[in-house]
Amino acid sequence: MTDLSVKRASALRLWLRLRSLPLIPIVILLTVFIIPAFFAEYIAPHDPYVPNLRARLQPPVGFGGTWEYMLGTDRLGRDILSRILHGSWYVLSVSLIGITVGVVVGTTLGLIAGYARGWFDGLVMRLVDISLALPAMLLALALAAAIGASFLSVVIVVGFALWAYFARQVRAEVLLLRKSDFVARSQVAGSSHIRILFRHILPNVLNTIVVLATLQVGIAIMLDASLSFLGIGIPRPTPTWGLLVSDGRDFIATDWWISFFPGLAILLTVMSANMLGDWLREQLDPRQRQV
Amino acid sequence: MLKYLARRVGSSLFALWVITIIVFLLTHLSGNPVDALLPDDATKQQIDAFIRDWGLDKPLWQQYLTFLGNAVQGDFGTSLKWPGEDAMGFVLARMPATLQLGGIAILISLVVALPLGVAAAVYKGSPVDNGAQMFALLGQSIPNFWLGIVLIWVFSVWLGWLPTSGTGTFAHAILPAIAIAWFQVSALARLTRSAMLEVLDAEYIKLARVKGVGEFSVVWKHALRNAAVVPLTYFGILAASILTGSVVIETVFSWPGMGWVAIEAIRGRDFPVVQAVIVAYAVIYMISNLVVDLLYVAIDPRIRND
Repeated sequence: MTDLSVKRASALRLWLRLRSLPLIPIVILLTVFIIPAFFAEYIAPHDPYVPNLRARLQPPVGFGGTWEYMLGTDRLGRDILSRILHGSWYVLSVSLIGITVGVVVGTTLGLIAGYARGWFDGLVMRLVDISLALPAMLLALALAAAIGASFLSVVIVVGFALWAYFARQVRAEVLLLRKSDFVARSQVAGSSHIRILFRHILPNVLNTIVVLATLQVGIAIMLDASLSFLGIGIPRPTPTWGLLVSDGRDFIATDWWISFFPGLAILLTVMSANMLGDWLREQLDPRQRQV
Repeated sequence: MLKYLARRVGSSLFALWVITIIVFLLTHLSGNPVDALLPDDATKQQIDAFIRDWGLDKPLWQQYLTFLGNAVQGDFGTSLKWPGEDAMGFVLARMPATLQLGGIAILISLVVALPLGVAAAVYKGSPVDNGAQMFALLGQSIPNFWLGIVLIWVFSVWLGWLPTSGTGTFAHAILPAIAIAWFQVSALARLTRSAMLEVLDAEYIKLARVKGVGEFSVVWKHALRNAAVVPLTYFGILAASILTGSVVIETVFSWPGMGWVAIEAIRGRDFPVVQAVIVAYAVIYMISNLVVDLLYVAIDPRIRND
């Protein structure tokens, strides 16, 4: 009996949570970002790379253009919509891999630093300080100059920009957890440190990591876009969104659509990711919900 | 308090030192430093002299010490892209333009964000609050380079009020400064709002009201002064963000500051200037963080008396 009522209560809670799902951001994320990232080849009406000089500088629909080139074409006659759709894959993969690097490095170092304390803790915290004191843009400039801009260099920059936040947050939580009873008990039971860290402590900080990672998606996308806008991101001809904006930069007076729509894609994606992150934080962190 | 400041200065210098190592390794990552640091048409004598001067025939750590010794004196070699220019001198000559833009951007952020955040907190739940929240969400999601382009499109091309790019008059600085400030405004307004909400609930605010202090004075003097510490913590991040913003926005508006130099130097593979610009940026950043620390002490007696 008791079991059932508990189940019903949690089902109700789940339903309440699902009902508060922010639908608009999810729909925007899916249509602008995630579905195109995986299915651009099937959705995109035109080839994003092949120039078509007969269709140069077509304006978008509603501004004298046709439905064939819904968002217009660039100076080489390439369809803007198709380029945005194809670009989303690179934006998605570079930011997700970059965040993953940041999460893995930051969480591992934070876990060990908080659990082991001692000199390792001191070292990690110094590194966190330095990393937070170095704007990611400087590293991006340095890497671009040294090894040239590439997919890898952008991933490194994004990972570098984010790892310290994870390390600091995870360490702070581990410091509290390591004093708790369940850790002491598994120590008594003879569990190895590695088992305690990854089997007992890690699951307890997962919530934090998930929330932090979601909130970083917007930052990662923005960083990637800024880098490719400056020409120190993934190099041409890859149609990353920042590069698409930069393509139309000098023609804003006459052919505004070349820059406008890719920027709008960035705006919508980052905004939805931020809203989703805020929602997730409210769901997973009861303190936030009350405030 | 002195100990606190000493620790901050120490950690800044440490970070700066790490940056010099990164910047030094830059030239070695890309292959032969001679290729990186000398023009392609350098003569045999020039190359030999260069190797001797910078100790390139010595072990790596000695090379680093030579580099560090020169760097401390501001000597990063001569520019490759702009022949004859001293790398650091060239960067420093561009610094005022960047600082000017950053200064105006900070001013705009403060003037807009503080009242907005305070109003949102005081009239919590009202249309003012909702509007401010929407604005904050939008502000944190707009790519600043795109905003810059859209601003040019609307105010320069369409309305014809302001120049599209370049420098010279105050009017030239308005659009780039707004483009840089936009993100900070939303972040600052959000922080100010939440800090004010917390403070407005405090006992001493109730006491001030009971005493009969005017509402204006309660909000702007008693509450804001206590709430201001929180937005101030953000100022360190603000400096980094404005610095990053300047690289992007100076490129959009062809504003001839350090950010513009950085991008041009990378395009021209001008290593001495890239090194100089990175170190210069880092120094500005460290100094602004130290200023924030000092402001803390000035505004919060709890730290002052610690």
